[in-house]
Amino acid sequence: MTARPDIAVVGAGPAGMAAAVAAAEAGAHVMVFDEQPGPGGQIYRAIETPGPAGDAVLGADYAAGRGLSRAFRDSGAEYLPGATVWQVSPDREVGVSVDGRARIIKAGAVIVAGGALERPFPIPGWTLPGVMTAGAAQIALKASGLAAADAVFAGTGPLLYLIVDQYLKAGVPVRAVLETTPWSAYLGALPRLPGALLRAGKLRQGLGYIRAIRDAGVPVIRGVSGLAVAGDGRAERVAYTHGGHRHEIAAEHVFVHQGVVPNVNLTRSIGCRHDWDPAQACWRVATDAWGATDVAGIFAAGDGAHVGGAEAARLGGQLAALGALCTIGRIDAAVRNNRGAPIQHALAWELRPRPFLDALYRPAAADRVPAGDDVVVCRCEEVTAGEVRATAALGCLGPNQLKSFCRAGMGPCQGRLCALTVTELLAEATGRPPDAVGDFRRRPPVKPLRLAELAALEPDDTDGGDAGP
Amino acid sequence: MFTEIATDPGAPTVTIVFEGREIATRAGATVAAALLAAGELHFRDTPVGAERRGPYCLMGVCFDCLVEIDGEPNRQACMATVRDGMRVERQRGAAGIGP
Amino acid sequence: MKADAIVIGGGMVGAALAYGLRRQGLDTLMLDEGDVAFRAARGNFGLVWVQSKGFDCPEYAAWTRRSADLWPDFSDEIEELTGTGLQHQRPGGLHVCLSGAEFEDRTRQMRDLSERSGGAFRYEMLERRALDNLVPGLGPDVVGGSYSPLDGHANPLYLLRGLHAGFRALGGRVRLDARVTAIRRTGATYRLETGTGKLEAPKLVIAAGLGTKPLAAMLGMTAPIDPVRGQILVTERARPFLGMPLTWVRQTGEGSIMIGESREEVGFDDGTRWQVQARIADRARRIFPFLERARIVRTWGALRPYTPDGLPIYDRPPDGADAVVASCHSGVTLAAVHAGVLAPAIAEGRLPDDVGGLGTGRFHVH
Repeated sequence: MTARPDIAVVGAGPAGMAAAVAAAEAGAHVMVFDEQPGPGGQIYRAIETPGPAGDAVLGADYAAGRGLSRAFRDSGAEYLPGATVWQVSPDREVGVSVDGRARIIKAGAVIVAGGALERPFPIPGWTLPGVMTAGAAQIALKASGLAAADAVFAGTGPLLYLIVDQYLKAGVPVRAVLETTPWSAYLGALPRLPGALLRAGKLRQGLGYIRAIRDAGVPVIRGVSGLAVAGDGRAERVAYTHGGHRHEIAAEHVFVHQGVVPNVNLTRSIGCRHDWDPAQACWRVATDAWGATDVAGIFAAGDGAHVGGAEAARLGGQLAALGALCTIGRIDAAVRNNRGAPIQHALAWELRPRPFLDALYRPAAADRVPAGDDVVVCRCEEVTAGEVRATAALGCLGPNQLKSFCRAGMGPCQGRLCALTVTELLAEATGRPPDAVGDFRRRPPVKPLRLAELAALEPDDTDGGDAGP
Repeated sequence: MFTEIATDPGAPTVTIVFEGREIATRAGATVAAALLAAGELHFRDTPVGAERRGPYCLMGVCFDCLVEIDGEPNRQACMATVRDGMRVERQRGAAGIGP
Repeated sequence: MKADAIVIGGGMVGAALAYGLRRQGLDTLMLDEGDVAFRAARGNFGLVWVQSKGFDCPEYAAWTRRSADLWPDFSDEIEELTGTGLQHQRPGGLHVCLSGAEFEDRTRQMRDLSERSGGAFRYEMLERRALDNLVPGLGPDVVGGSYSPLDGHANPLYLLRGLHAGFRALGGRVRLDARVTAIRRTGATYRLETGTGKLEAPKLVIAAGLGTKPLAAMLGMTAPIDPVRGQILVTERARPFLGMPLTWVRQTGEGSIMIGESREEVGFDDGTRWQVQARIADRARRIFPFLERARIVRTWGALRPYTPDGLPIYDRPPDGADAVVASCHSGVTLAAVHAGVLAPAIAEGRLPDDVGGLGTGRFHVH
């Protein structure tokens, strides 16, 4: 069995890789667990094994991940791909499943870098085959060189334009882009523009995508509301409201996106404190400047902690590594602060455009909280917004009583695709703010675990002894 | 439907069987990618309302791409890698794990 | 705010009593906590269970049997009133033994239970071969078990929902997020202070689960109720295969398989520990080897209110005022008798004779 690692890192995206590199550089024994077959996370998905898409299609920002993945491979950190982390206990026992076998690894510190997921987009028909997230379209492109011609892309956020641009570079025709950014968001974002202009390059890049898409003759329809997908057992057409009128486009593939939010299931299940982030309308784990959560020895970094993009995640991973190294006594606070100062400076610089982007791409309330009662909110248990509202009327103040009454959040995705919607629906129904409403209690396993694997664990299966902060 | 934006004739392929139909696919692909490239969008019927579902997130969080792989129910197609001769069926309703 | 009766507690016991009191025509106010209360009701296994109850207490055994007998009508009543089906079934229940020693112990316990009930408790000890005719797929470690036709199961979450919905449908009033900070009595009126206002009623029921001890103390009563943690595993939905519940394993109406249980005294820690879960999972696969293939999607640790002797508490204050303290850890099994027998008695200002021996006096004998 492996010796007890000083630091366990969950996730091998930019934050996890950077944390592992920084911690290993300092001489710590680092173990990195990641579900995918190769490093990169979703942003640099398949970075080592590019499919037919290639850098010309995926762009320079994607190719930039290759340097980090090489550094990660060379770092000496022990890397377990294909590893599903199903629990981390508050005393830093990592439950991980590889090749159908579970084991428990006790670490001195744990850095959770599990990344983000796309915000739920609960509209009529979002469960139909053929409706996928824009992120899914991008994963298919990065990992398998797959693209769907004549798709409709709908929603808001930078990723939407990036993937359309990549499709066009690959020569794949796009039927239309339906932008749901509400007009009010432009006004809301305006006061935050000066801060963002300091990073004008970033903004120009986004505008460049939009121009390229228009130049390619793809209709970009702005100010769209009331999105709905319909079809018989699969997506066939997408309807929307624009300029006061209902419109409809035929489409077998509809790629939806309205931003990304931290995947909080693991940090929640550990028991870390989370706060409602009103700017991004999501939960985020509370950390200090070094990514330390309020649970001793548990750190969080990257988009799983706070959505800021790949570069911010990389810097956040480095800071969490310094924090963890200090916690386990590998470096002292002075060294940590010394090494961390330039990274913190760079992170602040990187995050300059964030308030502007957050305001601009904050999805409309109507796209987060479905107005119609027929819309499915919990995809797993097929619970509609109407059922959630009716259950709330029975006197559910929060999502946990509600979940037990109507099963929303009880399926295998464990609330990932409905938690934010349920919290905001309850906030609306009870007239209380989201942080007063709260979130589903997440429990291990955060990913389904075969009973045989759990049963095979022996109480002395903890790799290594009991040590840590 | 999903198609490869560029083909590499020299790339190794494997063959899987989906609902009795042979599908040739790139070695190393996920089951979800193989099925999508073969024009399949309907991966499962839900246990609650018997509704058709297919992949939604392709990153392992939504559990809508569930299929039965070599007799094992409720496998996430987007997280499983193809293997020559692999038999994949739609996940129809709840898992059949009883005696 | 005034009412005929105030019930402190919106869990399984409180909701059943509030529902029962409202059914008797009392203007009833039920006080419930917020979303993150230590709610044993939400962690329940869902058995309506007779064959393990009251080995040393015939009174509790009889009370349990009475409730199990009332359950079918009670379940129909809630469903008719609210539209919420409780998934109650009474196909009988099984307790399997994984060794000869376990089987011998069980044989003795069942015989005693039946003898003390004057034969009212009906059961059979079944050898392995007879078990196979009852449930398929048992593992080689199963040597036999006890079967009782009196046992059954229900969906505990829908029971709680049904009680809340039924109480409201009958015109019951609910105060949410209402933690009681003080109880005073002036003459025949109880006055309660809560975080959200003052309340008063001539009749008071304390059924607050783990919150009962300090509340009972406000009435000058000693209710030694402390948390015992039970960990439960739940699998993904499976096709129906298990026709009757077992002490350790049951298949829900949705198809999920619930696997429990464990007992740990860990104070107010409702977390989970993989060490305990591994043991639970191991026992489950010894009973049903095919469960190895099942995926666990959720686990939890639920804190259940336990007394030192494991028996319920039903008592009234020493000053003879019109209050009742009610607490038990089998809120699902006893829901029918709580709503249908206990509540009507409380409405009349008394306790049923059936539970006369379950007062707090038993805890200060020495």
